[in-house]
Amino acid sequence: MNVPEKLRYTNDHEWALIEGDVATVGVTEYAAGELGDVVYVELPEVGDSATKGDSVGTIEAVKTVADVYSPVSGEIVEVNDALTDNSELVNQDPYGKGWIFKIKLSDSAEVNELLTPEDYKKLI
Amino acid sequence: MHYIPNSKDAEKEILAAIGVESFEDLIDNIPEKFLKKYRISLPEPLSELETVKKLSGMAGKNSDTESSISYLGAGSYDHFIPAAVDFLISRSEFYTAYTPYQPEVAQGTLQSIYEYQSMICHLMDMEVANASLYDGATALAEAAIMAVNKTRRNKVLVSDLININSRKVLDTYLETREVEIQYIPESDGVTKLDSLNDYLDDQVAALLIQSPNFFGNIEDLKGIADQLHANRSLLIMSVNPVAAALLKTPGECDADIAVAEGQPLGIHQAFGGPYLGIFSSKKDLIRSMPGRIVGKTADIDGKPGYVLVLQTREQHIRREKATSNICTNQGLMALAAAIYLALMGKNGLRQVARLSLDNAHYLAEKIDTLPGYSLAYPDRPFFNEFMIHTPVSAEKIVEMGLENNIFAGLDMGRFSREWDHRLLIAVTEKRNQQEMDDFINFLSKFRKV
Repeated sequence: MNVPEKLRYTNDHEWALIEGDVATVGVTEYAAGELGDVVYVELPEVGDSATKGDSVGTIEAVKTVADVYSPVSGEIVEVNDALTDNSELVNQDPYGKGWIFKIKLSDSAEVNELLTPEDYKKLI
Repeated sequence: MHYIPNSKDAEKEILAAIGVESFEDLIDNIPEKFLKKYRISLPEPLSELETVKKLSGMAGKNSDTESSISYLGAGSYDHFIPAAVDFLISRSEFYTAYTPYQPEVAQGTLQSIYEYQSMICHLMDMEVANASLYDGATALAEAAIMAVNKTRRNKVLVSDLININSRKVLDTYLETREVEIQYIPESDGVTKLDSLNDYLDDQVAALLIQSPNFFGNIEDLKGIADQLHANRSLLIMSVNPVAAALLKTPGECDADIAVAEGQPLGIHQAFGGPYLGIFSSKKDLIRSMPGRIVGKTADIDGKPGYVLVLQTREQHIRREKATSNICTNQGLMALAAAIYLALMGKNGLRQVARLSLDNAHYLAEKIDTLPGYSLAYPDRPFFNEFMIHTPVSAEKIVEMGLENNIFAGLDMGRFSREWDHRLLIAVTEKRNQQEMDDFINFLSKFRKV
C-alpha cells in the first residue's frame, strides 16, 4: 500500500500535504480502495471555514457514502473541480489528481497532531 | 389484516415459554399508575349480519361529498375523480400501499413511479422529483431539513400563511434539531415579503412559502428567489398541484425545492388520508433529496429497465447520516396521481384548474354583494379559494350548512377568536351554477342581529 513519506495523515484516512500555511487534502489509497468505485464527490465551497474534524464534503461510491473530514482548521481556498466530472480520479490517482480541497491553516500547530506516515502505516 | 386471537391453551404455552405465570406477570415492570384498574366492558359478540347492520348504521351517520355539496378546502379539495383511477389502482399487480423493497423485480411498479416522477417534473416545472413522501406537510418539513443540510445553516424563514396544520408538522420535525424557525408575518392576506432583506443573514438556509397561501391568496414572488440566492439561501415553495397547471410554476419562480399536497390529483379526501407528498427540486440538489428515486436505464441487451437510483442517500445504506429517515413512498397514492394526470393530460388538468378558478370567482363576486358579507381581501388575486367576512359567526353558518347538506367552508374561528366571523371557501370544477346559486341563497338567510 502506497503511503507517501511527504504527507501527513488522519485516523479517518485523509492525507494532507502541508506547503507553507496551505494544506492540500485528499483521501488515501487505502480509503479509496475500501470505498470502491467513486461515482460522485461533493466538494466544499471555497470560502467556507472548517474546524478540524468537521465534515466538509462527501465521497459517494457505488454502495456507500463517506464523509470527508477536514484534518485541520481554517478556510477552504480551492477545490478540485475536476472531480465533478471525473470522480474516478480519487481511485486512479488518490495522492495526485484525486486531491479534494485546499485549506488555509488558521492554527499551524495542528499539523503536529496529524499522523506521520509510520503512524498511518500501523493504522492500516 | 387478520386478527388471530390466542386460545387459553396457546396463551399458557406462550407464557410458559417466556417463563412467566400470567399475562399480568409479563407486564409487571409497567408502573401501577399507568395501568387501567378496571376491565373494559364490551358488549356480547354479534353475528356477522348483526355486525354489518350495526356498522352500516354508524357509517350512515357520516356525511360525505357524495351526499353533500362541499366548499371545504384548506389543503384538501373536492375534485372529480374519474372511475378509471380507482379501478386501475385496485388491480392486484398494483394494490399495495408500500414502496417496493425488492424493487427491480417489480418493473411495472418502478415504471409507474418513474412516470409519476416525470409528470410531476412537468407539472411543477422542476428538474427532478422523488417517488413521493407521505403528504404535503411532511414533504414541506423534509424540504426544510434538506435546505438546512445542504446549506449547512440552521435557520429557516417560514411564512405565517403556510397551512396551519403543515406548520405544526414542520414545528414537530424541527423541534429536536437545532434549527431556528423565524416566522414572517402576514399583511393584508399575503406574506409581508417587502422586508425580506431584514431577515436574511448568513444563517438563513431557506424561505418556506405557500402559494396560493392558507387564505387562498396568490403570493407575489417576483424577485424573491434572486434575493434569496444572493444570500445563498434557497426558495422552498408549497403549491396546489392543480393550480400549478394555470399559475406561474415553481420552476418559473426559480424555486429550488417545490412541494405539494398531492390529494387534488385523483385522491379521495377520505377524512384526511392517505394523501400524497409531492417533492421536487433542481437537479443539483438531487443528492440531498429525501425519499426514493426511480431511474431509467438499459439492460445488457439494450432493453429499457427501471431501477432505484442514488440509494446511497437512504438510511438502509447511510444509516444516521441519511438525507431522511423516510425510506419509503406513498406508492398507491402516487400511482393514483399518475393515472389521474395521464387521464387528464396537460389540457385536461388546465381545464380543471380553469373551471375551478371561474367557479370560485363567480361565487366570490356573488357573495360580495350579499348584505352583511364581504370579501376579506378584495384586492388580492386568488385561485379557487377565498376568505369572506360573515354577518353571523362562521361556526353558525357551518352548523346550519350541515343540516342542509352543505359543507359551507372552513370556520376560521377554529384557529383564532379574532377570526370567528371569517369563512374560508373553496370551489372546484364539480360545482355547477345551480349548486352555487343555492349556496348563495342559503348564505343570504343569515343577517346580522
